[in-house]
Amino acid sequence: MIRLPLVLVFSALLFSAGVYGVLARRNAVMVLMAIELMLNAVNVNLVGFSAQLRDVGPQVFTLFVIAVAAAEVGIGLALVILLFRNRASINVDEVNLLKW
Amino acid sequence: MVDLLGILAAEGAEAGAEGAEHAAAAANWFAQHAWLIPLLPFASGAMTLFFGKRTPGEGAVYGIAGVGASFVLSLGVLLSFAQGGGAYEGTIEWFSIGPLHLELGILVDGLTAAMVVVVTSVSFMVHVYSLGYMRGDVRFTWFYTVLSLFTGAMLVVVVSNNVLQLLVGWEIMGVCSYLLIGHWFEEPVNSNAAIKAFLTTRIGDVPMTFGFFALIAATGFATTNIVETQEAIASGEVTTSFVAVAALMLFGGTIGKSAQFPLHVWLPDAMAGPTPVSALIHAATMVAAGVYLVGRLFEVFVAADPVVLTIVAIVATITMLGAAVLAIVQDDIKRVLAYSTLSQLAYMVAGLGMGEEGFTAGFFHLFTHAFFKALLFLCAGAVIHAVHSNYMSDMGGLRTKMPITFWTMVIGSLALAGIFPFAGFWSKDELLVVARDTNTTWLLVAFLVTAAITAFYTTRMVLLTFFGTYQGHAEPHEAPLSMTGPLVLLAASTSLVGFLGAPQLGAVFGQWVHIGQPHEAVFQPVMAAAGLAVALFGIGVGWVMYRERRVTDPLETRLGPAWGVLQNRYYIDDLYMAAVVRPIRDQVSSATYWTNQNVLDGLVNGAALVARASSRLIIWIDRNLIDGTANGLAQITGTSGGLLKYLQSGNVQWYAVALFTGVIVLAALFIR
Amino acid sequence: MTAQEYAFLVVATIGSIAAIAVVTARNVVHAALYLVVALLSVGVTFLLLGAEFVGWVQILIYVGAIVILFLFGLMLTKAPIGRDTLDNQHKLLGAVVGVLVFAGLVGLITSAYPLADAETPPPTPGTSELLGRVLFEDYVLPFEAVSFLLLAALVGAIVLARKDDGEPS
Repeated sequence: MIRLPLVLVFSALLFSAGVYGVLARRNAVMVLMAIELMLNAVNVNLVGFSAQLRDVGPQVFTLFVIAVAAAEVGIGLALVILLFRNRASINVDEVNLLKW
Repeated sequence: MVDLLGILAAEGAEAGAEGAEHAAAAANWFAQHAWLIPLLPFASGAMTLFFGKRTPGEGAVYGIAGVGASFVLSLGVLLSFAQGGGAYEGTIEWFSIGPLHLELGILVDGLTAAMVVVVTSVSFMVHVYSLGYMRGDVRFTWFYTVLSLFTGAMLVVVVSNNVLQLLVGWEIMGVCSYLLIGHWFEEPVNSNAAIKAFLTTRIGDVPMTFGFFALIAATGFATTNIVETQEAIASGEVTTSFVAVAALMLFGGTIGKSAQFPLHVWLPDAMAGPTPVSALIHAATMVAAGVYLVGRLFEVFVAADPVVLTIVAIVATITMLGAAVLAIVQDDIKRVLAYSTLSQLAYMVAGLGMGEEGFTAGFFHLFTHAFFKALLFLCAGAVIHAVHSNYMSDMGGLRTKMPITFWTMVIGSLALAGIFPFAGFWSKDELLVVARDTNTTWLLVAFLVTAAITAFYTTRMVLLTFFGTYQGHAEPHEAPLSMTGPLVLLAASTSLVGFLGAPQLGAVFGQWVHIGQPHEAVFQPVMAAAGLAVALFGIGVGWVMYRERRVTDPLETRLGPAWGVLQNRYYIDDLYMAAVVRPIRDQVSSATYWTNQNVLDGLVNGAALVARASSRLIIWIDRNLIDGTANGLAQITGTSGGLLKYLQSGNVQWYAVALFTGVIVLAALFIR
Repeated sequence: MTAQEYAFLVVATIGSIAAIAVVTARNVVHAALYLVVALLSVGVTFLLLGAEFVGWVQILIYVGAIVILFLFGLMLTKAPIGRDTLDNQHKLLGAVVGVLVFAGLVGLITSAYPLADAETPPPTPGTSELLGRVLFEDYVLPFEAVSFLLLAALVGAIVLARKDDGEPS
């Protein structure tokens, strides 16, 4: 019902936005949000193909992606909180102990 | 060799053995093991060197035992010939260079037997005598070491069967003579005398060595064996002029070692050594080696042009007369005996110069001379030991104080003068007979004149030493037994050995020592009477002139200006000094030194400078280019690392940027 | 162009704008709210595509749970509420890379699935039953693994984020 290329372009757009967010945001939580965008882009892609190919397999995979994304967000935020506790800042620019 | 065997076969019949086969085969155990004879003194010399200082008696026992044993073995060898045994040659192959075979070996014939007996007996006497004479000497043990070494070397010369081995022994003898003459080298006189002796004999050794080479060349450089080289020479494959030159070159060695004119100058000065040394080396043995050389290589002389033997006889005659005349004006008792030795050596050489007939006579005189000259030297040594002076003007009247020495010296003197029945009479008589038989009248006259002069100076020596009143300041007494014992034994030998050549008793010496046919000694009453007459004449004149001791020597007044010439030894030494020694020492050696310091060392130093300069260049290249390259590479690595580190910003997002950029690039590449 | 397509285009536009707003907002809370809009639009897209189970799960989990989690995280880390620039020094570089990624992907898509050739797929029936069956029959092992993963994440988050006793805060 919906033509595949449109879905894919949407997915690409979401992904690119996520890439920009990962690279350009200063707040660690913002970076995590951008990662969520990227994951969602992947999900859109999968479901789009599932509709096109009339196969339910990709949807199973989508569920898994969602589950994993949830786990990842949980752990990620826990790390951010730890980071905040140690450094009183979640500015990723300031996390550069491995600098030369 | 073939001739020799034939002759020996005939000799065997005479000796009373069964026949030809027996005589040719029977060289007894002593002859076959004659290599022990030189070996034992070398061994005892080594023992003395290593253990002498630790042995009681300071090591003299080794030398006495070694030489004594050699003496016994030598008698055994002589016994082999007395029993009619034949010559023996034994060799060991040493190594070969191309066609040249070098060997070690012994050649034992009658000549060898006579020589080893002479050498070992006199050496033994001298070893025993030195116990007393050299007692308390600062280098007693070393003296015995070199004495034994010398004995071994002389015996090597005498028994060797090839010229190279002979040369080795010859040179070792020269070194030992040098060491022994210069035994008390603290005095410059002694060390100078030693150097003079060594260098002068060396001058004679050089032509001798070339003579050896000529012998080897005659065989086509195949062997050094004496018998084979002489066969090659005699076979006529080489020209007579080659043989003549070879013979004269060999004779050069005799002129040097046996102190004939013009290389006689070293022997009087060699008296600077201890008297036992003079007795052994410069009277009985080493100087006789030159005569032995001619005898051993006599085939060469015989095969050469007859003028060679004439030259030999002329040289001998000059030496004979000249030395005898010099002996009559000496004050040093050892100098009298030295010149006497020169004169008597010339007798032997003259005997050989008369050709094959004179061979036996010449060697018989060598044989007897060894005994009585050694005796005379040892007696002189006893006298010197007692009065602490060599000069007869410090002696006199010692007849009563040193009776044994006196009587033994008288016996020796009578032998030297040629008085019946002592040894010298028989040997001089033989020479007179041969001179007459070969019609060399001039040589006959020379023999007689020299005999008269010999008798004269001998009498003078005895009278000045033992008669009259004592002129010196010491308290002379008789010598100890270690010294008088050998004197008595030598005196006995002197009395008896003459009979070995007496014609009336078969003249066995001629059976043993001969060339070609065994020598038949004939007694010619005329010659015997002539010899005796001139000797008695000489004694008479001496008795008249020296019976009463005068302040100045009567000859000094009678000879006038000639006295000065004689005292300066005809100015020959001065001539050598000015013409030879000084130019070489001062001019030639300084020129050589300059060349060495400036030219040769300059080259060497120059090479060193070049090496150093080039090494500096190499260092520069190494430090700057090579190390620079290595350091540069390291620096590049460091610098690039220093630049690359800025990529590690620590900022994760920056890494992410890089990552995504890389993904895009790769994707673009792969999808293309 | 079917009706779903039109609806999809509207939803996609809203979602895109919301996504861009997420990454460019100056206020973190605003960014989180924009994220809600974006995730919602994605969920609606799923519904439009016929994947109703996944769609509702998306809305339930993402909008309902994960965004709340984000807001809590922002609160606990004293995220700067106010008009502060939230971009770091790589803003320009990131933009370039983002644009390049978008360009690359679009180029890839249009070359692989050109719009002119794309055919309209027929409407799909409900997929929940089918999905359930496939999930619990064919993919039961990954399913169990994922549940294990969630357990690990749960435990890990608690362990990481709790305060240790006696440790100065």
